Amino acid sequence: MSELTRRQFLKVTGMSLVGSSLALMGFSPGEAIAEVREYKLTRATETRNTCPYCSVACGILMYGLGDGAKNAQPSIFHIEGDPDHPVNRGTLCPKGAGLIDFVHSESRLRFPEYRAPGSDRWQRITWDDALERISKLLKQDRDANFVAKTPDGVTVNRWLTTGMLAASASSNEAGYITHKVARSFGLLGFDNQARV
Amino acid sequence: MTNHWVDIKNADVVLIMGGNAAEAHPCGFKWVTEAKAHNKAKLIVVDPRFTRSASVADYYAPIRSGTDIVFLGGLINYLLSNDKIQRDYVVHHTDLSFIVKEEFTFTDGIYSGYNAEKHSYDKSSWDYEIGADGFAKVDPTLSHPRCVYTLLKQHYARYVPEMVERVCGTPKDKMLVIWDLIASTATATRAMTIMYALGWTQHSVGSQMIRTGAMVQLLLGNIGIAGGGMNALRGHSNIQGLTDLGLLSNQLPAYIGLPLESEQDYQKFITARTLKPLRPNQLSYWQNTPKFHVSFMKAWWGDAATAENNWAYDYLPKVDKLYDMLQMYELMHQGKVNGYLAQGFNPLAAAPNKAKMTASLSKLKFLVVMDPLATETSEFWRNYGELNDVNPANIPTEVFRLPTTCFAEEDGALVNSARWLQWHWKGAAPPGEARSDIEIMAALFTRMRSLYAKEGGAFPDPILNLTWKYAQPDSPRPEELAREYSGNALKDLADPKDPTKITRKAGEQLAGFAELRDDGSTQCGCWIFCGAWGPTGNLMARRDNSDPSGIGQTLNWAWSWPANRRVLYNRASCDPSGKPYNPARTLISWNGTAWSGVDVPDFKVDENPAGGMGPFIMNPEGVARFFARGGMAEGPFPEHYEPFETPLGYNPLNPKQPQATNNPAARVFADDREQFGKVAQFPHVATTYRLTEHFHYWTKHVRLNSIIQPQQFVEIGEALAKEVGVVTGESVKVSSNRGFIKAVAMVTKRIRPLNVDGKVLHTVGVPIHWGFMGIAKPGFLANTLTPSVGDANSQTPEFKAFLVKVEKA
Repeated sequence: MSELTRRQFLKVTGMSLVGSSLALMGFSPGEAIAEVREYKLTRATETRNTCPYCSVACGILMYGLGDGAKNAQPSIFHIEGDPDHPVNRGTLCPKGAGLIDFVHSESRLRFPEYRAPGSDRWQRITWDDALERISKLLKQDRDANFVAKTPDGVTVNRWLTTGMLAASASSNEAGYITHKVARSFGLLGFDNQARV
Repeated sequence: MTNHWVDIKNADVVLIMGGNAAEAHPCGFKWVTEAKAHNKAKLIVVDPRFTRSASVADYYAPIRSGTDIVFLGGLINYLLSNDKIQRDYVVHHTDLSFIVKEEFTFTDGIYSGYNAEKHSYDKSSWDYEIGADGFAKVDPTLSHPRCVYTLLKQHYARYVPEMVERVCGTPKDKMLVIWDLIASTATATRAMTIMYALGWTQHSVGSQMIRTGAMVQLLLGNIGIAGGGMNALRGHSNIQGLTDLGLLSNQLPAYIGLPLESEQDYQKFITARTLKPLRPNQLSYWQNTPKFHVSFMKAWWGDAATAENNWAYDYLPKVDKLYDMLQMYELMHQGKVNGYLAQGFNPLAAAPNKAKMTASLSKLKFLVVMDPLATETSEFWRNYGELNDVNPANIPTEVFRLPTTCFAEEDGALVNSARWLQWHWKGAAPPGEARSDIEIMAALFTRMRSLYAKEGGAFPDPILNLTWKYAQPDSPRPEELAREYSGNALKDLADPKDPTKITRKAGEQLAGFAELRDDGSTQCGCWIFCGAWGPTGNLMARRDNSDPSGIGQTLNWAWSWPANRRVLYNRASCDPSGKPYNPARTLISWNGTAWSGVDVPDFKVDENPAGGMGPFIMNPEGVARFFARGGMAEGPFPEHYEPFETPLGYNPLNPKQPQATNNPAARVFADDREQFGKVAQFPHVATTYRLTEHFHYWTKHVRLNSIIQPQQFVEIGEALAKEVGVVTGESVKVSSNRGFIKAVAMVTKRIRPLNVDGKVLHTVGVPIHWGFMGIAKPGFLANTLTPSVGDANSQTPEFKAFLVKVEKA
């Protein structure tokens, strides 16, 4: 009986008026008497992040399982507003409140896929195959259509037959390297979501 | 935003127009609530719909979509006619006293220099008169017949309340109450903030709508002060950052434009961007362009960028015209584009005229989609019945779909609307084999580089010589990239005043852009971000939320560009002598030897105000512009032009001049023009918008959001519902000249018919969030309806005012 948890104790004591005398008779649950159930979050890893939706950029706290050990796969199970953040002060809107379902959406893509000309389906391919094929297509098109000079001899060094759109929710670092690569190729048909 | 989210609490009046912050930016809108509760602020909402923002406003007025310049132009006329302007501010801090060239004219809606065939202007007459001393001429008495003040008064004299009521459909009594309240902020101690979003940008005259708002704020002395400003509420978490980093067809990082084809000579390119002062003793900060540009070229091409080769000038592609999205889709449609990469972007849903998009994508040889989610663009070739009625067998495009990480799975910085760069941390690994955009771009680059090294090919130099000193070439770390765009010294930097003193050792991070040099001794990938990762480390990761100012200036929280400044143009919050206009909300002031305060001064810190340096240091004239000079495509003063799909067919302000019905400087492709609808066939004005429960086309993949807002609907007023014969919950078909959607009708009192120039007009609200992918109920992409025409400056498509017909489905 000394191993009684607080919940069991309440269950027992709730059964009859006799309960109140149980403790007096030495059936106290010992140290557990004042303990509440442990919060799941206390053993989670807390990671600070920013809501990826609108430009208010609410601070969020992500709670994940996995302690950083080599074979532990971290997985996020809860996301809430960061109370320290000066703008959102812990609040989130209906979009931010659903972020955990974005992370685990069944629409998340898991592996590279390829759709052949005229086909009505995807086929799974490896990263190596995808990157190799894309690089070859890019190079073929660039080599065939790169304009070094206009017909009247003006140097322009541009490539217009391929274009690119960059993400609007990717980080500065992703945006910076994307721009660096795209412009080194000579791309001009290159925009981000700000255009819309 | 010139200001920031928390600063909204300092406003006395909040104008929300061209946006719906309560719905689209709820946690930022909280600061409007704060201003109302603790600063007795009044909230004004002007919108075609009685929005969620309107529902908590003190004053609401309806307006016909696309006519905001008329409402605001009328307001300018009201402020000028009733002398409700902050005179000291406008005289000293703006260009009202500047004298404009004699050749400048404006007749029946058309400015001097118009070429009707090319739909463009020769802007040479749109400028100040320059004196023999090389400076612009001014008349401080504001009485010169061609000074900006006189011209501004003349221009908006036609925008009388009766005209505003006729064009906008806004009842005159409501309009005047609102104008009067706005005018109350012309005093030095009252501030108004303007909050806007895509309700202003997504028009063929969107940029000019925003300018008109900014002009109102200048007249009232509301720019550069706490609780004031022009506050663009950007739509995505890092659309600000990607714009700052120059990911646009004609840009380099930090607002340095790519060279034009006509700028064959490097000196010509750099001189055109190095702006000499237009008035005595002005800072004209763009005088420093060579330091910014050379440091940028060193960051990208390192040792290959030398003074001898003009810092690798040939490596930059030269621009002959703007290759924006609409231009690229037009070229694609003509079969002139072979490859396209879409990184975290869903153009099939986001670009106008879905049918044209489908046809265009079908002409590509290959399409590469990188995204965390299965987007419509990645499956444009698949048949989804009437939602995407295509035959895959007829679409020869090869499509690659590459899975990417999402926010929770990566480290890095995002720039919010307030220009704060905030660092975030990875909390988990991505699902399956997903990789980050950084890794994908690095892998594509390193493969291309080896192919060019091995096989040669077209102009391999900029690829082979691109700086790529990352520890793992296939996977650069975000920290390495952040340090690179922030910038460092390539050599020991000597103090220019005392060459024996080294101010920065080779390899050290720089503290700010003032340290950049034009001799190749510094590198910096994005000068406005310089110092974000400074000598003391990553300032973007700072988390001290203390606010010693008491007015919301948390200078040690994250890092704000430029130079950690939180309110742009804050020098304008003081009078010419450096004394704050409003001592109760001081940002900075002159203490006799320096500028200091609760913000980083937007000024030369030791500049004595007696020297007359103006507060708008990025402009060569040192003051803010009412007269845009050559800066805008359609004219120096905003003028109303009808949406391209106009429900009137004429411009009531310029009825005699058909060239001035729509934006005379807009670029419209012939096939797009043919697809414009006419009011006889499509009598209702449609406008697209967001709902608070959804984010674009993402959250229909998210369970919670798909539960709380599961099904596509359109919003129509009771009068229109009666005409069409539907009640709430029944289906309607909404058609434009480009296609149709079917959706549930939500019949509402929130949209009322407007009386516009004697005609009753109905507005139809089209929320954008559905499509044929995801876990919400499948729906039609709203851009099936929208026209392909952009703003004449930004080429942002006109999604907020177009013509449709609503019928019972």
